[in-house]
Amino acid sequence: MARPLASHGPLQYVLLPTIVLAIVLPFLWILMSSFKYQIDIYQGSWVFAPTLSNYIDVFLSRRSDFLSNVWNSLVVAGASTVSVLTLGALAAYSLHRFVWAKWFSVGLLGWLLVFHMIPVMTLVGPWYLVFRELGLYDTRAALILTHVTINLPMTIWLLLAFFREIPKELEEAAEIDGCRRAQAFRLVALPLVVPGLIAAGVLAFVFSWNEFAIALNLTSRATATVPVGIALFAQQYEVQHSQMAAASIVATIPAILLMFFGQRFVIQGLTLGAVK
Amino acid sequence: MGDAARPLRRRLGKKLDAAFPYWSLLPAILLFLGLSVYPILRLLHMSLSTISFEGGVERVAFAPMANVALLLNDPVLRPAIVNTLVFVAVSVAAEMIIGLALAIFVSRVRRGKGPMRTVMILPILVPPVAIGSMWRLIYNYDFGVINQAIGVLGIERVDWLGQPSLALVSVIIVDVWHWVPFIFLILFAAVEALPVDVIEAAHLDGASRGQITRHVILPLLMPATAVAFVFRAVLAFKTFDEVFLLTAGGPGTATDLISLHIYNVFFVQNQLGYGAMLSISLILMIVSLLLVGRRAALRVQVRHG
Repeated sequence: MARPLASHGPLQYVLLPTIVLAIVLPFLWILMSSFKYQIDIYQGSWVFAPTLSNYIDVFLSRRSDFLSNVWNSLVVAGASTVSVLTLGALAAYSLHRFVWAKWFSVGLLGWLLVFHMIPVMTLVGPWYLVFRELGLYDTRAALILTHVTINLPMTIWLLLAFFREIPKELEEAAEIDGCRRAQAFRLVALPLVVPGLIAAGVLAFVFSWNEFAIALNLTSRATATVPVGIALFAQQYEVQHSQMAAASIVATIPAILLMFFGQRFVIQGLTLGAVK
Repeated sequence: MGDAARPLRRRLGKKLDAAFPYWSLLPAILLFLGLSVYPILRLLHMSLSTISFEGGVERVAFAPMANVALLLNDPVLRPAIVNTLVFVAVSVAAEMIIGLALAIFVSRVRRGKGPMRTVMILPILVPPVAIGSMWRLIYNYDFGVINQAIGVLGIERVDWLGQPSLALVSVIIVDVWHWVPFIFLILFAAVEALPVDVIEAAHLDGASRGQITRHVILPLLMPATAVAFVFRAVLAFKTFDEVFLLTAGGPGTATDLISLHIYNVFFVQNQLGYGAMLSISLILMIVSLLLVGRRAALRVQVRHG
């Protein structure tokens, strides 16, 4: 279809590549730095002999915990994503499908909204005390619980939007056919919101993988996650620029993988509601 | 399975199913009670106390006025609030304007939309801490790529992160780079969903491209723009990770943001009571802003039907 305002010409061939470059160049620069020896970084060399030593250092050096950071992040992000999808899908469906007192549903959704807006840092203090008392301080379980809590509001709001897209007749038909409530949820509603589950799952995983403020304060060496590991490379007395670059690149890999596989769903999830 | 077990199971199943609305919501409610409502009540209690650790044992003393006094005399609080407000206002405004312009522009080109979207999602997904560490290297005074590039142009090196007057600007630049793609993605989807016939009609009526953008496209984009704005402003208030690595609030208090200040009070200075007082004040501020915003939104709705 011809769009009346469509244009081509200099804007398309100059401006568009410029914007793409502005977004991508910092990544390319860091990617390049991650293959440089520290000395090449200090000299600002553009031509250099690439080396894998930074990556080898980051993963295998005795001083580095990065391999265990990656493992911790995978466990925490994986477990919290599965949990938040389970709790979120059940809660969103329940709020969508059944009749709740208005004070209850409005109160709950309002609380979710307010909770979503509060800076995480305000809650890390009490969490720290509570988990210390429960003996959960410095465990992956504590991180998983907090990540589920933080991600639940977004997941519920997102899945509510997806559940609302389902025509009511489908579920009614299922109930007339003698379907139980739990079955109607599992066999009729859930399969229809798979795109929503993927979008919410990707976002929850990425958030958990990226999360820093909580992990910084609720973990120590044995349970630290990837972002905490990166901060350590950057904060030590002598900043290890080349290793820091390599660690940053490694931390970006899940994002790149998700971009290849889940891009469509993430964009749909990010923009659903905003467009309508 | 025995014959006696079957009806029992069926009856139990029926009961469980009748209660499905409740138990499907229960886990989420429990989690929220335990990890958001209770911690906030706890925060309230902490904010009225002075808390110290003696030999690993927590000691709580009721002393509400002590924390209020700290709040009133905190030399970092005022710069932290001002920095946060400046940071949020400038970066969100810049991101909205650039993101909106970009969305309208990209929707008009014939080729390259797909790759554009793919590239744009990258900064959103990368760990903010990694972004902080990357840009710290990029801004480096001695060998950062920006100073190298302007060196080629014959401009003198700039101390991007070390100069108090410039540090906040440098932090804002990173934030704009990080979040323009987010605004772009939301508004681009909205632009692509615009009704083509309305634009065509305006075009046939002889409206110029600028007129169509100003009088047709922008008004139609208002709802999506508002959603993107609120989303982003809320996120901007919470900024912590990038700044923690970029500048850690320095030089001096030049880039201290509220989240950073709370972190320092809580976990560096170990003033748990005062940290709680700061947190509670911030939460109250956000809740009242939300209420005011909601009333304003309702009033606008009433006026415009």
